[in-house]
Amino acid sequence: MSKDINPTIDHFEYDNEIVRNFAFATIAFGVIGMLVGLLIACQLVFPVLNFDLPYTSFGRLRPLHTNAVIFAFVGNGIFMGVYYSLPRLLKAPMYSKLLSRIHFWGWQSIILSAAITLPLGLSSSHEYAELEWPIDIAIALIWVVFGINMFATILKRREKHLYVAVWFYIATWVTVTILHICNNLVIPVTLFKSYPVFAGVQDALVQWWYGHNAVAFFLTTPYLGLMYYFLPKAANRPIYSYRLSIIHFWALIFIYIWAGPHHLLYTSLPDWAQSIGMVFSLMLIAPSWGGMLNGLLTLRGAWDKVRTEPVLKFLVVAVTAYGMSTFEGPMMSIKSFNAITHYTDWTIAHVHVAALGWNGMMTFGILYWLIPKIYNTQLYSTKLANTHFWLGTLSILFYAIPLYWGGVTQQLMWKQFTPEGFLQYPNFLETVVQIIPMYAIRAFGGLMFFSGLFVMMFNLYKTIAIGSMVKGEAASAPALPKTPVSYKGRHWHSFLERRSMLLTALSVVAVSIGGLMEIIPMMLIDSNVPKIATVTPYTPLELEGRDLYIREGCVGCHSQMIRPFRAETARYGEFSKSGEFIYDRPFLWGSKRTGPDLHRVGLKYSNSWHYSHMYDPQSMSPGSIMPAYPWMISQDLDTTNIEAKIRALQLLGTPYPKGYDKKARQKLELQAQNIADDLNDAGIDKEGLQNKEIVALIAYLQRLGTDINKSGVTQK
Amino acid sequence: MYIILVLIIISLLIAFCFLLSFLWAVKDGQYEDRYTPSIRILFDDKKTNDIKDE
Repeated sequence: MSKDINPTIDHFEYDNEIVRNFAFATIAFGVIGMLVGLLIACQLVFPVLNFDLPYTSFGRLRPLHTNAVIFAFVGNGIFMGVYYSLPRLLKAPMYSKLLSRIHFWGWQSIILSAAITLPLGLSSSHEYAELEWPIDIAIALIWVVFGINMFATILKRREKHLYVAVWFYIATWVTVTILHICNNLVIPVTLFKSYPVFAGVQDALVQWWYGHNAVAFFLTTPYLGLMYYFLPKAANRPIYSYRLSIIHFWALIFIYIWAGPHHLLYTSLPDWAQSIGMVFSLMLIAPSWGGMLNGLLTLRGAWDKVRTEPVLKFLVVAVTAYGMSTFEGPMMSIKSFNAITHYTDWTIAHVHVAALGWNGMMTFGILYWLIPKIYNTQLYSTKLANTHFWLGTLSILFYAIPLYWGGVTQQLMWKQFTPEGFLQYPNFLETVVQIIPMYAIRAFGGLMFFSGLFVMMFNLYKTIAIGSMVKGEAASAPALPKTPVSYKGRHWHSFLERRSMLLTALSVVAVSIGGLMEIIPMMLIDSNVPKIATVTPYTPLELEGRDLYIREGCVGCHSQMIRPFRAETARYGEFSKSGEFIYDRPFLWGSKRTGPDLHRVGLKYSNSWHYSHMYDPQSMSPGSIMPAYPWMISQDLDTTNIEAKIRALQLLGTPYPKGYDKKARQKLELQAQNIADDLNDAGIDKEGLQNKEIVALIAYLQRLGTDINKSGVTQK
Repeated sequence: MYIILVLIIISLLIAFCFLLSFLWAVKDGQYEDRYTPSIRILFDDKKTNDIKDE
């Protein structure tokens, strides 16, 4: 046992293999995620690219794109950066090589299962949390493996001070754990179908509390940690102000968690909750810009290096994009501004400035810096890296500007009245056709960004070819004294520090308290969303139709939330009320109107109109960019689980009468027969229509938003 | 809208955990020195298995 005066020097190795693995995964999934993104961007211009196949239609591919980019590209990017920087910051190798490998392969298998299940239409429809419950459990387990590995490394550290980047990593782990659990509380019906425990407006609030914080704690805080490590390293200068970085961290994490309701402005969410979201979102400008300035000012007096060093160029654009989107975000959270931008492509532009600029450019910068390091060589070509830089930077402009333009154009067209007081553009399609050229330019921007990836891959491939991998990087550091001086061996926290497993167990307990806090009140308190007497649960057929609507990802393009504006009530009908959604599990309010809102579409068109429209949208609405759904007409409706579905909903409090599950199938068949007869009467000559999926979907669409107009309950 | 209460409780719980860790950090002396940590990360260990000739 050595004393402080003469500490022993420990020798150890940093594991570069795991860093390389995550780096390769980042690149590979960057290619896949962006390829899918490019495809769906082109589908908006050329609907024929939906190929009339279920697995390649826009609604199913959009979640694949978002999940691949967020959890596969950025996710692997986070782990690459953390596994590189954390051991070096703590002067300790990662706690367990085995856990590192379980983490890596576990995460890749989760991505693989997402890539299989999402095109199959197995989706919970919660944005960025679409994966069904067995995969959610796998995510939780692998995340815990990552957590144990990280916290155990922190406990075994040889550097007493926790650099600010480590704090960002800790906050990421803790918060994502809780968010993931809360937003995925479901009652399983089958292996790949579940209903969320919350309904309607409550489900919406939980989802956007999660959704916003996924942006905050998955796309932002870990990358800020990476910024605080890799930017000073690449510039070889200390961060401008370490004090500011501490303020940045604590202010950011305390404010971020409250901003979620800004995704639900002007919806049925109570006004005061919307205001909380708006105020906290505005407050976020301060810490966010503090962080951006801290990053940029680090380069003061070193801007000449930016001229020659591609890594710094990437990082500078990344930090600038962070500043742009964290200014834009709060602006979009102001209600009057949100009234213009919401449901339009402005939102898509906003998230892509952040995703391409902040996450993308940061990831590329780190890759260009890190790959030569672990291969013990120099970057193959600075020139190619510069080419990639300009392709990437310019592509963001080509991507975002047309979408800002198109978004505003479309919203203004939606809101335009004639002098006589009628909607100037009553046909929604007109406002879509108007901005298709913008979609085309956006797809070009996406193509540019995508092609930059290949320039990078070639460059890194050449770099790897000339270098030789340093699998374990030898390092040494003085061992920390066993008993920290300040604790005198009795401080409660030092007690925990020496018992890493106990600490892990306690953190699991702490996390599950979060889950219990949600479940217990739900069991005890009846929902106090104002009830509307005529709103009744969905019939079995409508329920099946609704699940098809979820499967096809209709929510990706169609909202079901009419805001209380004259332009919207004139176009769609009475604005949406929270009491109308109490049986909606999950809620399907949507966040983008590529097509019109559907909340009051019920009884607006005939059954046969819907039939023809789903079969070939262009036949009913010439020029429409909606994909066709021919398989819904040819496929039989799978009613195997209808009893289980009814029972699951009963368990969650949907007031189906006792024993309704037994009668459900009979009711379903009766209603299907009625719709099939109606279709036959309308001249659609097709045998066995009553067994087809289309009938269930029509039943659901015809029910939408009609309950408040009922004079009395009309249950058969 | 009891869900708001639930979310507020959870958010406060998270905030409380962060508050505790903040207090711990301050008490532990993590922020006594607000300069050297920013310099320290720039010093890398010499690679002992560095076989490449510069």
